Amino acid sequence: MPAGTLYRGREGMWSWVAHRVTGVLIFFFLFVHVLDTALVRVSPEAYDNVVATYKTPIVNVMEYGLVAAILFHALNGLRVIAVDFWSKGPKYQKQLLWTVVGVWVVLMAGAFYPVLQHTLRTLFGS
Amino acid sequence: MSADSTTAGATAAGASDGVPLYDVDNPAPVIEPPRKRTGKTPKSTRTNFELYGWLFMRLSGIVLVVLVLGHLLIQLMLDGGVSKIGFAFVAGRWASPFWQAWDLCMLWLAMLHGANGLRTVINDYAQRDNTRFWLKMLLYTATVFTVLLGTLVIFTFDPNIR
Repeated sequence: MPAGTLYRGREGMWSWVAHRVTGVLIFFFLFVHVLDTALVRVSPEAYDNVVATYKTPIVNVMEYGLVAAILFHALNGLRVIAVDFWSKGPKYQKQLLWTVVGVWVVLMAGAFYPVLQHTLRTLFGS
Repeated sequence: MSADSTTAGATAAGASDGVPLYDVDNPAPVIEPPRKRTGKTPKSTRTNFELYGWLFMRLSGIVLVVLVLGHLLIQLMLDGGVSKIGFAFVAGRWASPFWQAWDLCMLWLAMLHGANGLRTVINDYAQRDNTRFWLKMLLYTATVFTVLLGTLVIFTFDPNIR
């Protein structure tokens, strides 16, 4: 580790980094998402046109990525709350992070087909 | 630290040999407070803004877990996933005041939560005063615009626009 740094690595720092990165990505998506939804005030065609983009395979995969980012940010956010408000939170912060990762993996596996079913159906038949 | 101050306190009181160091005829010297407030001291501009911001992130976060995960479940997973989304689907959902209120709360909380998060990120990484100021002005402008636009869309939505 370089001398004179406050960064300590391991679970504590990397979860903080991931929380920042996912948070910024989600915020940028939210900005775009409000703009695309505002097209319902222009015309049904304008809205359906832009929603067609959301149904292309590449963007559908990005939606799975969005779910991944939001799920991590949500679960790790609950961990941050536990660390801040639960008296034993700081002591168990590492175990809490691995619980977050475990729940995240299970939920991501469960969301795989529901989120990507549109692409799977269009690419591999009915 | 605590041991030091205890020792200092005992010495000041002069109680070690039972004879007080100071009394009415021999008063202790007055020590000026190092940062005494005077008439020239500007009024304190400190507030608890950062505390409330910190608390807001946690409270809004808990509510957003429910609102956003419910939104993702309905929009991206149930009933065919993204396939079903379209103007007709939006019209069907916003016919209900419940889902209008849901989306309105989600919009406001998510935008304020995200804007406060980005404000923290800008404060952490933008080192020049000017850069920090203008990045935050850009952030606040985009946030106000997005919140107002989204609110307007939810309240003025017209299913028979055409």
